[in-house]
Amino acid sequence: MLGNGIVIEGLQKRYGSGDTLVDALKGVDMQVAPAEVVGLVGPSGSGKSTLLKCLGAVIEPSAGRMRLGEKIIYDGGWKIRDLRALRRDNIGFVFQAPYLIPFLDVLDNVALLPMLAGERNGVARKRAMELLEALDVGHRAKAMPAQLSGGEQQRVAIARALVNHPPVILADEPTAPLDSQRALAVIAILNDMARQYETAIIIVTHDEKIIPTFRRIYHIRDGRTHEEAGEGKSPHELVKTEKA
Amino acid sequence: MISLAGRDILHGWVRFLMTGFGLGLLIGVTLSMAGIYRGMVDDANVLIDNSGADLWVVQQGTLGPYAEPSSLYEDSYRSILGMAGVARAANVTYLTMQVRHGGGDVRAMVVGVVPGGPGEPGQPGFLVAGRHLTGGHYEVVADVKAGCALGDTVIIRRNRFRVVGLTRRMVSSGGDPMLFIPLKDAQEAQFLKDNDMLLQQRRRTAQNPLFNRPGVPGLLDAIIASQTTSVYVNAVLVQLKPGYAPEAVGKDIQRWQRLQVYTRSQMRTILVDKLIATSAKQIGMFLVILSIVSAAIVAFIIYTMTMAKIREIAVLKLIGTRNRVIASMILQQAIGLGAIGFVVGKIAATLWSPFFPRYVLLEPGDAIRGFIIVMVISVLASILAITAALKVDPAEAIGG
Repeated sequence: MLGNGIVIEGLQKRYGSGDTLVDALKGVDMQVAPAEVVGLVGPSGSGKSTLLKCLGAVIEPSAGRMRLGEKIIYDGGWKIRDLRALRRDNIGFVFQAPYLIPFLDVLDNVALLPMLAGERNGVARKRAMELLEALDVGHRAKAMPAQLSGGEQQRVAIARALVNHPPVILADEPTAPLDSQRALAVIAILNDMARQYETAIIIVTHDEKIIPTFRRIYHIRDGRTHEEAGEGKSPHELVKTEKA
Repeated sequence: MISLAGRDILHGWVRFLMTGFGLGLLIGVTLSMAGIYRGMVDDANVLIDNSGADLWVVQQGTLGPYAEPSSLYEDSYRSILGMAGVARAANVTYLTMQVRHGGGDVRAMVVGVVPGGPGEPGQPGFLVAGRHLTGGHYEVVADVKAGCALGDTVIIRRNRFRVVGLTRRMVSSGGDPMLFIPLKDAQEAQFLKDNDMLLQQRRRTAQNPLFNRPGVPGLLDAIIASQTTSVYVNAVLVQLKPGYAPEAVGKDIQRWQRLQVYTRSQMRTILVDKLIATSAKQIGMFLVILSIVSAAIVAFIIYTMTMAKIREIAVLKLIGTRNRVIASMILQQAIGLGAIGFVVGKIAATLWSPFFPRYVLLEPGDAIRGFIIVMVISVLASILAITAALKVDPAEAIGG
C-alpha cells in the first residue's frame, strides 16, 4: 500500500522545439495523501490533460520528479521500465465517458484488470463482484454496458479503476455527463472508496456542483499549479440537499 | 484470462457470421476451381482407364485420337493382332458432335466400337442400366450425363439410335458425355455426305473419262462404291497378353506396322500435360487471383473491425493490457473469420459442385491444403490491423 501518496515536484512538459516550442507544464508541484480526494481545476488549455497524462505514465514529462509512495517513477527520465504494468497495478483511471469495453459484460469489464495482472478468473470475478456490490451495481453484473444508465456505467468504471486496489486514481471529469444529483453521488462513492482503500484520488473537473466537496484544490493556470483550501463539504449531505 | 476475441465475436456474432458467410462463398468458388481442375485430370484418367487398352495405335506423326485427328485403315487391326504379345485389338472412332435427343441438342463424343461385351477394347467398362451393344446398327450406350433413358431415341446425323444401355463417368477430356455406337454406324456418321453431295460426286465421277472408260464395265460402279464407304478408323486399341511389356510391344508395332503407338502412361501425359494444360493454367490464375482477393477482403474486414474499436484499444492499453494480448485478439478474430469462411466455403462447394456441367472433384487433400492457405492468408491479413492497433496511443483514451 502507498506510504505517502503521490508526490510531484517541479514537473515540466514541453512540446515541439524552436519556434514551435510550447511549455505545457512549467513546474508543477503537487502532493496527494492516501485516502485523500483533491480537485484539479483550470481553464481549457491550462495543462490539466497534460498533467493527467504525465501522472498516468502515458506521456513522458520533460523534467521534474514523480513519486508513488516510496517508489520514484520519474526523475528526469522514467525509473520504471514497464509502464503498462505500472499503470495496471498502481493507477486507476476514470474518464469523462465510462469507456467500458462494449463486448464484455459488467462483471468482466471490472474483472479484466486483475486477469491482466495474472489473477485467476474465479478470483478476479469474485473481487470484481464485491466491488460492484459495494457500488450498488452488483445486480447488473451480467448486463452489457449498453444496457446500463449513464450513472450505472460510471459506477462500473469506478469499480474498474479500483479493482486492482491502486494507490492512485486519476479521474478526468468523471461527472461531466451526469446531472447534479448523480454527479454528487459519484463523488460520494469516490470519497468512500478513497477512505476504504486508502487511495489518493485526483479529480479533474469544471463541475461547479462538485468543487465544494474538495478539501484541497489545485488550480492550474499557464502550466503552474496553485494550491488552495476547499470547502470540504460532505457529498452525502449535498446529495440530500439536492434531493430536498 | 478471458478470450477478448471470442467475446467480441459473440457480441456482434450476426455481423461476424454474415461476413464469414460472404467470405465463405468466395472460398467456395476457390475450392470449386481447384475441384474443376481435379475433375479434368480425373476425367482424363477415367477416359484412359475405361478404354480398357494397353496401347493406342494411331496414324503416324499424330498425338492420337483424343488430341489430334488420326485415321488409319480399318484392317490395320488384323496385322496388329498377329504381333507377338497382342491379346486383343479393336478399331475405334471418336467424333465430338451435336446429337439430337428429346427435342434438343446434346454435345457428345460419339465413340464407334465393335459390338461386344465388357472387357473388349473400347467398350464401356460397366453399365448402370441396360445392356452392351449387340446389334450391328442403330443401338447406343449413353453416359447418364447426356440425359438419356433406356429406350430413348438419339438422332446422330440422319440415323436414329435406340438407347440400350447407360453408363456413368464416361466423358471426353472436354467433359462431354460419351455415346457408344456400332463401329460401322460411327464410320458412316464421321464420313457421311449429304444426298445432294453424293449425287454431285457420282455425276462428276461419271463425267471423268479415266473412271468411265468405254469397254471397262463395272469400273465406274466400283469407284463410286469406294467413294461412299469409309474404310478408316481413328485408332486401334490393343490389349496385351500377360507378361509382355507395353513399351516393347509398342516398339514392335511402330517398327513393323509403320504406325504411331502410345502406352497408357504416354497417353496420360498427352491428355493431362498437353490437352488440359491451358485450362489448368487458366484455373491456376483464377486460384491466385481469388486467393489475393480473399486476402484483401479478410485484411479489409479485420482492419475495419479493428478501427471501429480504436477507443476500446486505447482504453485497454491505458489500463495496462499488453500488446501481445491486443495482437492476439485481432489475430484470433482473423483466424476465426478464416475458419468460418472455410467451413462455409467447403459446405457451399460440396453442395453446388453436382450442379456444375463438368465433373468437380473435391479431394480431402485439397481441402486440407485450402484450409492451411486460408489460415496463412488470415494471419497475413491481420498484420495490417495489428500494426494499426499497436500504434494506437493510450493517451487517446484520456483525450484533452
